[in-house]
Amino acid sequence: MPAREYVTAARKPEPPMPASVAPDPYITRRRITWTAVCAFLGASVLMFIRFFFPRALFEPGTTFRIGQVSDFGLGVDERFRQSHRVWVVREPDRLFVILAKCTHLGCTPNWIESENKFKCPCHGSGYDMEGRNFEGPAPRPMDRAHVEVDSEGQVVVDVSRLFVCPPNGGCEFNHPQSFVTVSGGRG
Amino acid sequence: MPGLRDGIRSGINGLRAILKTPQKTQIWKSIFRVKHERKDPRTRALGTVGNVFLHLHPGKINRDAVRYSYTWGMGGISFYLFTILTLTGALLMFYYHPTKVQAYRDILYLEHDVPFGRLLRNAHRWAGHLMVITVWLHMLRVVLTGAYKKPREFNWCVGVLLLVFTLLLSFTGYLLPDDQLGFWAVTVGTNMACATPLVGHEGPFGPQLGMTQANDVRFAMLGGTIVDSAALLRAYIWHCVAIPLIAVVFMGVHFWRVRKDGGISGPAPVVLESEIKPEPER
Repeated sequence: MPAREYVTAARKPEPPMPASVAPDPYITRRRITWTAVCAFLGASVLMFIRFFFPRALFEPGTTFRIGQVSDFGLGVDERFRQSHRVWVVREPDRLFVILAKCTHLGCTPNWIESENKFKCPCHGSGYDMEGRNFEGPAPRPMDRAHVEVDSEGQVVVDVSRLFVCPPNGGCEFNHPQSFVTVSGGRG
Repeated sequence: MPGLRDGIRSGINGLRAILKTPQKTQIWKSIFRVKHERKDPRTRALGTVGNVFLHLHPGKINRDAVRYSYTWGMGGISFYLFTILTLTGALLMFYYHPTKVQAYRDILYLEHDVPFGRLLRNAHRWAGHLMVITVWLHMLRVVLTGAYKKPREFNWCVGVLLLVFTLLLSFTGYLLPDDQLGFWAVTVGTNMACATPLVGHEGPFGPQLGMTQANDVRFAMLGGTIVDSAALLRAYIWHCVAIPLIAVVFMGVHFWRVRKDGGISGPAPVVLESEIKPEPER
């Protein structure tokens, strides 16, 4: 295919500018009008953007009680997975709460009792009983929720405050509020 | 009363003439403008460009540009699928509520009880899948034939945007059945947005700019921090109103630009070089 030839337009000489330009009322009016139109459109765009970020959310509460420490036997407790998306894990010396959200892309893994592991159905990430990743694309262990014991001995979970354990250091899983110490329990 | 009789007679004759040759009336001419007849090339072209539906095609076209082995017809097929999707989608909207309580039930209702509901839903579903494929193939054809080159660079960019809109339509439609497949697909898809630079709370420079779960780009897409009723409603509105409207505007520009850039690119120049508008040198 032969290249197309374009005819170059002869450049017209620029018209000479008048020495002193008196403000033309029509141009001033045009400028004011266009400035107003652009300002309005710009403000509208900002409004549209802000409009997409609501102030109030109608989502499940992030703080809830799960009962006494003694209500939980050793191992992974699935009672609060459906209602609050957490697992309660009881070990001989501590109790902690895992947020049931795969750290890869946010699906809910399944607890597979027979294999003693969590397995994500989306892309196959696997976690051990403590929520530590050992297979699949997950970049870090599942996050743990803030826990504390209130005056009635109830464990209060707050999933809006999470403790993470990134692979390159700075693990927060020994933070005092990421678990409840079990002292002298039945174990 | 001869005056009245004559009046009636002439009225009847006038009606008869209208019925016999309606194309000679002013009403007909005002609607159809030029008769589409094969008298000579000029009349045929005039009939084509004088009709709003036919004028989407040029009056004259390079014969090489309509070879399916060259164009694959993928742009036209994509547009055809888009019209099918618009029609079937508008019909499905008569039975669908974008709420967590009703959405999935409406899908079951459409699938199992609404007359022709299953047909329409599956037509919409398959046309949607097909459109993604045909738009990609259209892009591939444009790459292979070099149709993205000067003077069509701008239209290539418009086409890339149309591809993005097609994918966004596909993605937003995914959530609407509110089934397990769509729910988790959108969970995964929107979680990827967390890693967007600057505007995602897990992306580069996101946390430094104050991005959290409750103000980043994923939050704007979902209308919340979880895939819930707000996300369903947003997906519905983007899918049924906003993205189709934006896409139609860009399609208009895309088709118009095909004509203005000298028609579909072909193996031989489609227009005479002397007909190309001279371009100032850079």
